[in-house]
Amino acid sequence: MEVNMGNVLGLVFANMHDTTLGDMTKNRTMGSVMFGGRYRLIDFPLSNMVNSGISEVGVITKSNYQSLLDHLGSAREWDLARKKGGLYILPPFGNVESTLYRGRIEAIYGAMSFISHSSAKYVVMTDCDVITNIDYKPIVARHIESGADITVVTHTGVYSSDELKTATVLNTDGEGNVTSVLIQPELSGSCTASLNMFVMSMEFMKDLVKDAIARGLVSFEKNILQERCSELKIKTYEYANYFRKLNSPSSYFAANMDILDPANARKLFVPKRSIYTKVSDNAPAKYDLNCIVKNSLVADGCIIEGEVENSVLFRGVKVGKGAKVKNCILMQGTVVGDGAQLNYIVTDKNVTVTDKHILTSSPEYPMYVAKGATV
Amino acid sequence: MFNKKECVAMLLAGGQGSRLYALTQDVAKPAVPFGAKYRIIDFPLSNCINSGIDTVGVLTQYQPLVLNEYIGNGQPWDLDRIHGGVHVLPPYQKATGADWYSGTANAIYQNIGFIERYDPEYVVVLSGDHIYKMDYNKMLEFHKAKNAAATIAVLDVPKEEASRFGIMITDADDNIIDFEEKPKNPRSTLASMGIYIFTWSKLRAYLIANEEDESASKDFGKNIIPDMREAGEKLVAYRFDGYWKDVGTIDSLWEANMDLINPNIPIDLYDPSWKIYSRNPVLPPQSIGKNAEVQNSMVTEGCVIDGQVEFSMISDGVIVEEGAVIYDSILMPGAVVKKGAKVEYAIVGENSVIGENCKIGERPENVEDKDSWGVAVVGHNISVSDGAVVAPKAIIYENM
Repeated sequence: MEVNMGNVLGLVFANMHDTTLGDMTKNRTMGSVMFGGRYRLIDFPLSNMVNSGISEVGVITKSNYQSLLDHLGSAREWDLARKKGGLYILPPFGNVESTLYRGRIEAIYGAMSFISHSSAKYVVMTDCDVITNIDYKPIVARHIESGADITVVTHTGVYSSDELKTATVLNTDGEGNVTSVLIQPELSGSCTASLNMFVMSMEFMKDLVKDAIARGLVSFEKNILQERCSELKIKTYEYANYFRKLNSPSSYFAANMDILDPANARKLFVPKRSIYTKVSDNAPAKYDLNCIVKNSLVADGCIIEGEVENSVLFRGVKVGKGAKVKNCILMQGTVVGDGAQLNYIVTDKNVTVTDKHILTSSPEYPMYVAKGATV
Repeated sequence: MFNKKECVAMLLAGGQGSRLYALTQDVAKPAVPFGAKYRIIDFPLSNCINSGIDTVGVLTQYQPLVLNEYIGNGQPWDLDRIHGGVHVLPPYQKATGADWYSGTANAIYQNIGFIERYDPEYVVVLSGDHIYKMDYNKMLEFHKAKNAAATIAVLDVPKEEASRFGIMITDADDNIIDFEEKPKNPRSTLASMGIYIFTWSKLRAYLIANEEDESASKDFGKNIIPDMREAGEKLVAYRFDGYWKDVGTIDSLWEANMDLINPNIPIDLYDPSWKIYSRNPVLPPQSIGKNAEVQNSMVTEGCVIDGQVEFSMISDGVIVEEGAVIYDSILMPGAVVKKGAKVEYAIVGENSVIGENCKIGERPENVEDKDSWGVAVVGHNISVSDGAVVAPKAIIYENM
């Protein structure tokens, strides 16, 4: 079935799951968390939408969104600086009676004036917690064909209890019809979990949200998916391609390390389905005499004089002479002094590690160094 | 209505660049890749915007497709402006007829209309084949202070190299009193850098006069500057002491690339106060594999390196497979070097594929007859089949 993706509105929730990444989201939204050497998490849903043919996207924010505004700018880099459609950043709309939204329903309701202006017939909603290169077109097509009220993108697999602690689990009848919903269950093992991506028709979503607001309901997962499960036609769309869900600092670390494997990187960075991001005009990375770099991702603007192994280096990172960086994620502008040694460390932006300083941690709990710190 | 601009830059980008051979078969010289993530034209365009000149005409003629697409709306250089910005100016048909640009002066002459829309006091004339970082505004201030009709930027070159350049002979106050083109016995060591600032009203008059002279070759160096001197106009030399390199030949293009990784050469691409901008490809960070050895090199986005790379410039999207060796070479965007291939002292053009166990180029010390040695060049979009050998100094135009 051929779908007209020009009829689809994208909604990206930049703040959902802000608490799952700990200190990294202390001063920024989930969407502006840095990933993979040169990206921010929001680059993935935005690029996926654009590559799927969606050209009208609203980004719903809640708090700490300054870094997000700075990153998105006019959205030209995602080809979303358009006269018709394009990108809309939707900060919380407050008035005397309302406060910041408490859940997905209130968030959508806050964006209702934007949504009402759209002539789109369908809406694709996503959070920023899943790293993947996904085509929404077949999902929208299936949604329309199946006549579902809500389509939830899911993945069936074996999950740990840590993973399910933050997840929504859907039980189905074997034909993709959702029969019951568990929210953040204390379970582990094989099950079908939501990727926090949903498709609905515009009319259905508007009615659903207005009705929920009238009843004082705030949680989409609990009050809609779970409580109205038998009454609504909720279908799953099983997604089997490469993805990594970020639900803890250690999963964030693992997802970054995962793309050091070129086989995984090829699944994420697909030709003709590029992941777009803000351009920052750095010079190429410079590898000095005597440097040793193995199994690492390196962004432009880096100057490497020491040793780097199994690490992700963001733009403009400097690794001094004799320094040893192993199993690390060093974000933009990190400076590792001469002779310093780092193992299992995540540094936020503009961290300075002084000469000969040694920092070591473990793969289970990589140490995080906050933005701008000098250690 | 057009807002008045004090100074407009005109960038001569129409030359064929025939001395770059296979690299400029389908691409204008200013669009030739340089320094891992740039194209040559990034340098003058970035210099313009960094100097506060936001109105730039780019004169194109030869193979403009890649160049036009690259410049686009000028956004990467912050030259997408409501007033001014970058404009690509190909020759066009007029009511009186249609002419190709017949010389550098004629190219500017044909665009007098473009320049006049901004009603400028001064015009900077630049070339699209030089690598340097220069504040044109300082040169403009010098031009104003000297109350000159034309100012020519000059570089003090070693005496033994002076015969390769256009040489300016000046008096004690930097007034140009004479000049000579590639002299055997140079009377001065001040070489013209091909960067001119003119007082527009003066230049305009000389361009029109030169156009009316049918025997003239419509060239700045051959006509306009000599005409101005003969008429007694004030011509001054502006001394520049930074890094500057003409990249009009294979050797100089290769050398200028290598200069970027030479710590003793004063061109710094990492200085945030004078960034060189470029149109960025949309590619993931470079992936350095488990078997890779990369030293003394520049590498940019989208590269996948699992071989050995030393003293080389690796452009975006290049793949160097395990066991491949790249020494002292330039790999242009999208080039692929397969397993076991060895590339030494060579330039591999865009999207070219070097097959397994190929040998491209040679170190100079391994060649007995020094005259037969040179940088090997594989042109753009060329496929070199497994095991093939490309001799030093060879230039490959077709698949082999």
